[in-house]
Amino acid sequence: MITLQHMMVISGLLFALSVAGIFINRRNVILLLMCIELLLLSANFNFVAFSRWLGNIDGQVFVFFILTVAAAESAIGLAILVVLFRKRRSIDVEDLATLKG
Amino acid sequence: MLVQILFYAFATVLMGSALGVILSRNPVHSALYLVLAFFTSAALWLLIEAEFLAIVLVLVYVGAVMVLFLFVVMMLDINVEEVRKGFTRHAWLGWLTVFALVAEIVGVVAVKQLGIDVTKAAVPVAADHSNTAELGKVLYTTYVYPFELAAVVLLVAIVAAIVLTMRKRQGLKLQDVGAQVATRREDRVRLVKMQAERRE
Repeated sequence: MITLQHMMVISGLLFALSVAGIFINRRNVILLLMCIELLLLSANFNFVAFSRWLGNIDGQVFVFFILTVAAAESAIGLAILVVLFRKRRSIDVEDLATLKG
Repeated sequence: MLVQILFYAFATVLMGSALGVILSRNPVHSALYLVLAFFTSAALWLLIEAEFLAIVLVLVYVGAVMVLFLFVVMMLDINVEEVRKGFTRHAWLGWLTVFALVAEIVGVVAVKQLGIDVTKAAVPVAADHSNTAELGKVLYTTYVYPFELAAVVLLVAIVAAIVLTMRKRQGLKLQDVGAQVATRREDRVRLVKMQAERRE
């Protein structure tokens, strides 16, 4: 028997791990984007679980839109990354300090 | 019982692959671990009878987004060691955040304020119940405008990605169709008046 609690624990652990990933890999932009994808996945877990347990399909429609926006976000993020790499030959976040006074 | 075993197996693999994403040395390995995480998430969503989204997750994420990620990781020549420097410097902050977040989430789960019992299984659906049909009914009626907006968002993303990454390469020989079509007779042909010459 899977309970709502199981799904919430999975979602919470996934969220915590991906936030930790953002802290740990804070120099590599590609890994930051991957961690953001994991974050969105954990949010989607909650939406799907609550939609299923409350018997309301609207949560799954919301997940559909989150997937769309996440796909658009990663496409644009990776395009920016490619342009950045062409200009700087590096994807280190700490090299992006041009605006720092 | 079988469902429970499958659930725990997939959940373990999911957590392991999430750890792999955030800890592996090579960005390609991270991307592949992320693919595994999406596959196991899709399996978990199948277990709680959200079939349509499970398939969409595999198609959209594994099929499109992760291929894009792998493509970019392999296209860029990243010096892994350079990027990994200072990896452990912020690790303690990361793990501290994990523990704080887990504690907060456990607190929230323990409160149970939604008027539903979180320790109960979901109401089982009928055998001929179609998750896809139900989702489609809502998506094309109540949410039809958001649905079209989502299409526009994707279009904007495509245009943005292409515009950002397109560049004019120097010394590339291309034909300019517009210039070809816009050419007039006067640009190409010059009529010269001259005396007729006798053939020898």
